Amino acid sequence: MSFMEALRSALQAISANALRSILTMLGIIIGVAAVIAMVAIGSGAKARVNDQIRSLGANLAIISAGNVQVGGVRLGAGASSSLTDEDARAIKREIESIGAAAPFIRTQAQAIFQGTNWSTGIQAVDNDFFEAREWDVPVGRMFDPDELRRGEIVAILGQTVARTLFGSDDPLDQIIRVRNTPFKVIGVAAAKGQSAFGQDQDDVIFVPLETGRRRIMGRNYAKDRSVASVFVKFDQEAGMANGIEEIRALLRQRHRLTEEAEDDFSIRNLTEIANTATATANTLSFLLAAVAAVSLLVGGIGIMNIMLVSVTERTREIGLRLAVGARPRDVLAQFLIEATTLASIGGALGVALGLGITVAIARTAGWPVLVSPESVLIAVGVSGLVGVFFGFYPARRAARLDPIEALRRE
Amino acid sequence: MALIEARELSRVYDLDAGRVVALDRIDLDIEAGDMVAIMGPSGSGKSTLMNLIGCLDKPTGGSYKLDGVMVDQLDANGLAALRNQKIGFVFQQFNLLPRADAATNAELPMLYAGFNAKARRQRSLEALARVGLADRWHHRPMQLSGGQQQRVAIARALVNDPKLVLADEPTGALDSKTALDILALFQHLNRDGVTVVIVTHAPEVARHARRVVRFRDGRIMSDTRQEPVRAEDGLKELLAEAAS
Repeated sequence: MSFMEALRSALQAISANALRSILTMLGIIIGVAAVIAMVAIGSGAKARVNDQIRSLGANLAIISAGNVQVGGVRLGAGASSSLTDEDARAIKREIESIGAAAPFIRTQAQAIFQGTNWSTGIQAVDNDFFEAREWDVPVGRMFDPDELRRGEIVAILGQTVARTLFGSDDPLDQIIRVRNTPFKVIGVAAAKGQSAFGQDQDDVIFVPLETGRRRIMGRNYAKDRSVASVFVKFDQEAGMANGIEEIRALLRQRHRLTEEAEDDFSIRNLTEIANTATATANTLSFLLAAVAAVSLLVGGIGIMNIMLVSVTERTREIGLRLAVGARPRDVLAQFLIEATTLASIGGALGVALGLGITVAIARTAGWPVLVSPESVLIAVGVSGLVGVFFGFYPARRAARLDPIEALRRE
Repeated sequence: MALIEARELSRVYDLDAGRVVALDRIDLDIEAGDMVAIMGPSGSGKSTLMNLIGCLDKPTGGSYKLDGVMVDQLDANGLAALRNQKIGFVFQQFNLLPRADAATNAELPMLYAGFNAKARRQRSLEALARVGLADRWHHRPMQLSGGQQQRVAIARALVNDPKLVLADEPTGALDSKTALDILALFQHLNRDGVTVVIVTHAPEVARHARRVVRFRDGRIMSDTRQEPVRAEDGLKELLAEAAS
């Protein structure tokens, strides 16, 4: 018997007991649908995390001042002014794997333009910052070296600030006021979107580091040339752990720390944090796969059960087929194809249902979803394999029937 | 060379209750073109013999040649091929596939003989024409009478041009008129050269055969040739009775 004939006969048998077939497929339908929907949601979330990681900038570490003891009390990051822009320059100069070292200071202040005002983050930076964060300034320009050196009162706006203060007007060459200082807008930074921690990264005004020290941050920063943090960008991810140790050694030396003294700064590997988030997403995917395996197992057992019933019901038919010349392997193939068809149809219906659920979730909850063709193919393929695996035992039972016994059965 | 050559053919069952000798060293030849009735009460060994000459079972002793092929040396696949090519089965309960139409039912043996769909359909329609059901090919068993269903089964038996048509109580589930119809069909086919072996316990069936072999307790009790009663004559009598 050819494959097409066996397939036709299988479809006939399946449609003859439509309700029973659907109920049998239900396990596989639900399992596959759940996997398709969950994988779509999971990949969507993962893609979003990846976007956020990319928006942070690749191969990034942050050095923060602080972690000092004052009379036995350990103060948190940023509590002391141990880090200077000289440190940043030294790091960039002496450590080979570093691409950019961007010292910066951050504070919160009110920005005013004509009648509008807006509380926003002020970041005092140099041009290394834009390099480290892979952040473009498509409108206007970055700071020029003179502006940085002399501490001129110019500003680059984040998208959110530009939109809030200027609406659709062109902010270039306009004057905004921050802490009673009039800043000339020289550029608007590209949109960065949300950070991995849910902050709006575009709600920011950049000013030159020197300007920030003198005009906005207050006298402590101005006096000792310190900075709150330094973004360090490595050329590649591979050498980051070593590079961070080199930075630690360099800073300890520069800060003249004795061997028993603790660091007066802390270094965090942001890429590592991002990788941890990815690893978490991977763990989630693994759990999903486990759930899928269990549901397919249950579905497979359902198919085995119904195929055993079917073999029993059709014993006389099997006997007849054997009598008129079917070889045992013809009967085996027929029932195997029937089980596989049943499972594959279940898988296909599951995919359809899963896609429906995915679209519904994307529409109603607004979650990002990503359906990969691979997951669809794998789902259908695995369903088929489940059919072969769980269909084999009933099919072999059918093939091993004695034609005389089978024909005699009522 | 006879179509069927059985020598010292035995079939012994080892049951929990003990050894049962169903068939005890039978010698039997059946010539091609003959019409033979195998008779006997239940338990006489006639069903066992039918399973053996139908290649559904293997003997425990002796030898059996069908059309020159030594059957007892074949494996399950060889037996299947032999049944497919050389034997057409007709059963008491018709054994048609309920969801398939008459033509598809008649095609069934050809499914395992490697014919393509077009050839299958052509030959099954020819076979249905031979049994007088050319216009019913698309009917399902449920839509056919018992006699018509048995005709479909006979068409199925004929479709691979077998050497032997083996019928097991073919009229057992039919009323007497329909039974005569079916027997007339067998006689007709036999006149066309088909070898027919009918297994039955009923003398009114057996008298339509050219030769009657009677079994008892696993052995041949008698083996006689006779002038067969024509089933058509019986039908005419039946009609005359109904008219008077």
